[in-house]
Amino acid sequence: MEIEVLPSMWPEDIDSEKPYNVERPAGDGEQDMLEEVTIRAAASAVDFHHLKALTSYTDRGSHQMSHLMRHWEHQQANAVRLLREELDILSRQREEVELKKLEILEHFQFEEDNCKRPISILDKHVELYGDGVPRKKFVDFVVRSDRRVELAAESDTVAYWKARAANLEKLLEASVHREQILVEKLEENMKELEGQGSPVEELSQILKRADNFLHFVLQNAPVVIGHQDKELKYRFIYNQYPSLNEQDILGKTDVEIFKGAGVRESQDFKKEVLEKGVPAKREIAFETELFGLKTFLIYVEPVFSKTGETIGVNYMGMDVTDQVRKREKMAKIREEIAVQKAKETELNKTIHITEETMRAKQMLATMSHEIRSPLSGVVSMAEILSNTKLDREQRNLLNVMISSGDLVLQLINDILDLSKVESGVMKLEATKFRPREVVKHVLQTAAASLQKVLTLEGRIADDVPIEVTGDVLRIRQILTNLISNAIKFTHDGKVGIDLYIVSDPGCGRAEDRGGEEEEEEECHVQETTVWLRCDVYDTGIGIPENALPNLFKKYMQASTDHARKYGGTGLGLAICKQLVELMGGQLTVTSRVNHGSTFTFVLPYKVSPACDSSSDDQDELSDMTDHNNASVSDQDETAGFFQFQPRLLGSLFSSSNGPIRIPKLVPNTFGNTNSPPLNGFLEDGNSSFPSSDIGSKETTTSVEDAYSTVESIGTTSEPGTLFGSVSKECQNGELRSTESIRRTNSAENHDRSSQQCSSSGNNTSHAEADKVKPKPRILLVEDNKINVMVTQSMMKQLGHSIEVVNNGIEAVKAIQRRYYDLVLMDVHMPVMDGLQATRIIRSFEDTGNWDEAAKAGIELPAASSESLTNGHSSHPNSRDRIPIIAMTANALSESAEECYANGMDSFVSKPVTFQKLKACMDEYLP
Amino acid sequence: MPLHHYRPPPNHGGITSTQQQQVTHQPPAMDVLSQSRRQLADYTNSLHRDGFLDDQFSQLQQLQDESSPDFVMEVVSLFFEDCQKLVTNMARALSELQAVDFKQVDSSVHQLKGSSSSVGAARIKNLCVAFKTCCDSQNRDGCMRCLQEVNRECVLLKNKLQTLFRLEQQIISAGGSIPM
Repeated sequence: MEIEVLPSMWPEDIDSEKPYNVERPAGDGEQDMLEEVTIRAAASAVDFHHLKALTSYTDRGSHQMSHLMRHWEHQQANAVRLLREELDILSRQREEVELKKLEILEHFQFEEDNCKRPISILDKHVELYGDGVPRKKFVDFVVRSDRRVELAAESDTVAYWKARAANLEKLLEASVHREQILVEKLEENMKELEGQGSPVEELSQILKRADNFLHFVLQNAPVVIGHQDKELKYRFIYNQYPSLNEQDILGKTDVEIFKGAGVRESQDFKKEVLEKGVPAKREIAFETELFGLKTFLIYVEPVFSKTGETIGVNYMGMDVTDQVRKREKMAKIREEIAVQKAKETELNKTIHITEETMRAKQMLATMSHEIRSPLSGVVSMAEILSNTKLDREQRNLLNVMISSGDLVLQLINDILDLSKVESGVMKLEATKFRPREVVKHVLQTAAASLQKVLTLEGRIADDVPIEVTGDVLRIRQILTNLISNAIKFTHDGKVGIDLYIVSDPGCGRAEDRGGEEEEEEECHVQETTVWLRCDVYDTGIGIPENALPNLFKKYMQASTDHARKYGGTGLGLAICKQLVELMGGQLTVTSRVNHGSTFTFVLPYKVSPACDSSSDDQDELSDMTDHNNASVSDQDETAGFFQFQPRLLGSLFSSSNGPIRIPKLVPNTFGNTNSPPLNGFLEDGNSSFPSSDIGSKETTTSVEDAYSTVESIGTTSEPGTLFGSVSKECQNGELRSTESIRRTNSAENHDRSSQQCSSSGNNTSHAEADKVKPKPRILLVEDNKINVMVTQSMMKQLGHSIEVVNNGIEAVKAIQRRYYDLVLMDVHMPVMDGLQATRIIRSFEDTGNWDEAAKAGIELPAASSESLTNGHSSHPNSRDRIPIIAMTANALSESAEECYANGMDSFVSKPVTFQKLKACMDEYLP
Repeated sequence: MPLHHYRPPPNHGGITSTQQQQVTHQPPAMDVLSQSRRQLADYTNSLHRDGFLDDQFSQLQQLQDESSPDFVMEVVSLFFEDCQKLVTNMARALSELQAVDFKQVDSSVHQLKGSSSSVGAARIKNLCVAFKTCCDSQNRDGCMRCLQEVNRECVLLKNKLQTLFRLEQQIISAGGSIPM
């Protein structure tokens, strides 16, 4: 019976259109609504056959059915109970009535027994009743009442009995009437019940209500409800927005229906629930061709049979794509916020640390500076002292003092450099320079302070550009460092530099350091980057393999033994490495113990190939006629090989190679290198060399002699044939080296002759040698009035009068007007600082024009420009190098190196004192 | 440092001889003079000891001779004028509400440092070092503090030097010469 009832529970009934078929013809207007209904109904698909089985065999199904049945039964039972109660009442009443009847009858009988009388009246009574009473009963009654009446009549009066009889008749009548009504009612109820027939209709109505309710509630809900059997084949599915027909779904599993991400997972999940028998929820993201990327929250509960076996799962899915998306967005945002916060704190920490470090480094730098200036004072005083008359003991002590002071100074300089690099204060400058000159100068400088029997040589490949752009100061520093290192650890043999072009070792690196501006040249022809490899080799003691890894570390030396034996700070190589890396290159080393080491660094340089050589050549060609310098610099430009042969120096200059003085000497050698090679000077210089108190006049004349002889050579040598005559070059280089050695050494000893020598490259010294020395012209460039006053006063006491200008521009203008023998230049000045002014002046000295000055906005005074161009006769020394002495405050920005790099010859640290000024005058104003 | 260390060598101006001459020529003033001289020496020493002045000041004193008898005073008054101007400049720059032009302050500090080191005003010079670091780190409060310090030191030094000059004047008016 239940099976037949069930179909009405499911949408099929609604779907079946029967109820609506009737109404359809009524009007088309309703069709829409109907269709809607149909569509909605179509959303659910049922496998009826299975459903029947499902509802009859599953616990839930049977439970539901039994519940409905109970409900119905209860209702029926209630109706029955009510009827029964009424029947009971009726029967009780009847019993009562019958009891009374019996009582009465007993009365009658008693009376009958007592007095048996034939009654005739009864007939009459019977007639009184008429036809109102049913026949049968009436008959019985009549029989009995007959008797009673007879009795009553017998026991009492007839009237009484008659009255009583009538009364009883009435009662009887009422009760009969009631009975009749009840019977009618009963019949009615019976009929009603019969009309209801079975509980089917009621149940189906209830179910229909439930169904409607569900439809109402689920109308727009993005849910899918389904049932799947043991094999996870769909048996029922309700889907609000179906994308498949039910025949495509029913009897199939998820995997068979969809393809894509998440399908397998949901299938597995359902299986899991099926196996475990415990309901569960899960969120699964689907990506199927059918409905794209969607996330469903799936609730799966197992369905048990009556025997407790799982026979399938109920499945409910809700589309939570938007929610998930929002949630994920939120999570992402939250995550981002968290990450950002973490980053922020990290950054703050880093900033804090960095600031601390920077401060510490700055502090170190400042401290070092503060230490350096008094210390350099001590050392220079000691040097001055060493020029006075001392006995052997005192000299020895003084030498120790100077060398110790030098060592401390070197250490402080190194620390300063390192902390500058590390604290990021170190700025690289891009200036044009000639690698050949740099190599030569470094070797010259090294040769000058050489105390060993070593050959220094430099080899530069032909294809190395004549001029490149880079931070020449730093490159020179690296080279000097490596060379002095090499010399230190080499006892005999050679130390040399090889410079040649290599291919770009790592692309992209060149771009990294492309930040340096190079707008200084006229031609903006695209600049190319060239990688130059520089090998600094020696034939020294070499480095054991196990010491190599630590070689570039700070304060590290190959071994403690070495440290003891050779001294040094252990900072040099660390600085070199840092500098090379700062410039975007690499510093490496190869070494064999007892055979020597080779330090190699590869650096990128910028080259603007088109303009340099041609313009320079033109310049030089035009200048060639009246300037010997030109032809010589031309020579330097392309020279590929320099060699400095060992000289037996003995221990004469034991005190004199402190690092602080090496840079001071650079300018001197600088000046000299522009002078042509001196043939025949070798003998003179050699003989005069060892004696430190050689007469100045003698030297001067010998130089003059040499100079005159060389002049002819200089002019005859053609630039084009230079490569062909390497041997000559070599010889020349050699000669030059001896010259420079001699000069620098004598300069160190503060021999007056050194000054003579350094200026002897000029023609002036020739003229001056005969004349009485004129009062030197001194220009002071200083913006601070007090400093001016003090310096002026000091100079006055030293017997010099000075001219004063207040900034770099004025200085340049003053020099444009006339020649000065010495310029004291403040570094830090408003309008134009001393460094720039010096650069401009040097550029004029190098090129003979004031282009640089014009670029800086300084107009050449009309009158003097005429005098300049007309000839150098008015002041023939305009193209000679004016000694420029920097006056530095002890600030990071005004390092001595920077002064040298900008073309200054020396520096005096502020405040200027008598001693400093005097030393300076002595050195530069012979 | 005792002052006589900085006496220039005899070939640099004949101050010592003049002084001796004068001393020997006026025996009656000897006591007053020597007393004043000791006072001056003590005072100068105390200024050096307390770090107000350094050797550079002695250098200045050496530069003073007959041709420029008031050289030190001139330089020092120029210095204080300069100081006044620089301090005012810096105070103005630092009290700027929006953005302090630290570059300007820095250049003023640099000037002050140069001047003070030239006259040997050691305390001010040292202050300038700290001032400069404050400037470099753009620390406005630190700069203000330094500026006040500098100002105070200037006033202090001015008073001290005035006393010093007064002492010198006393000696000169008593017919003596200032020892170097």
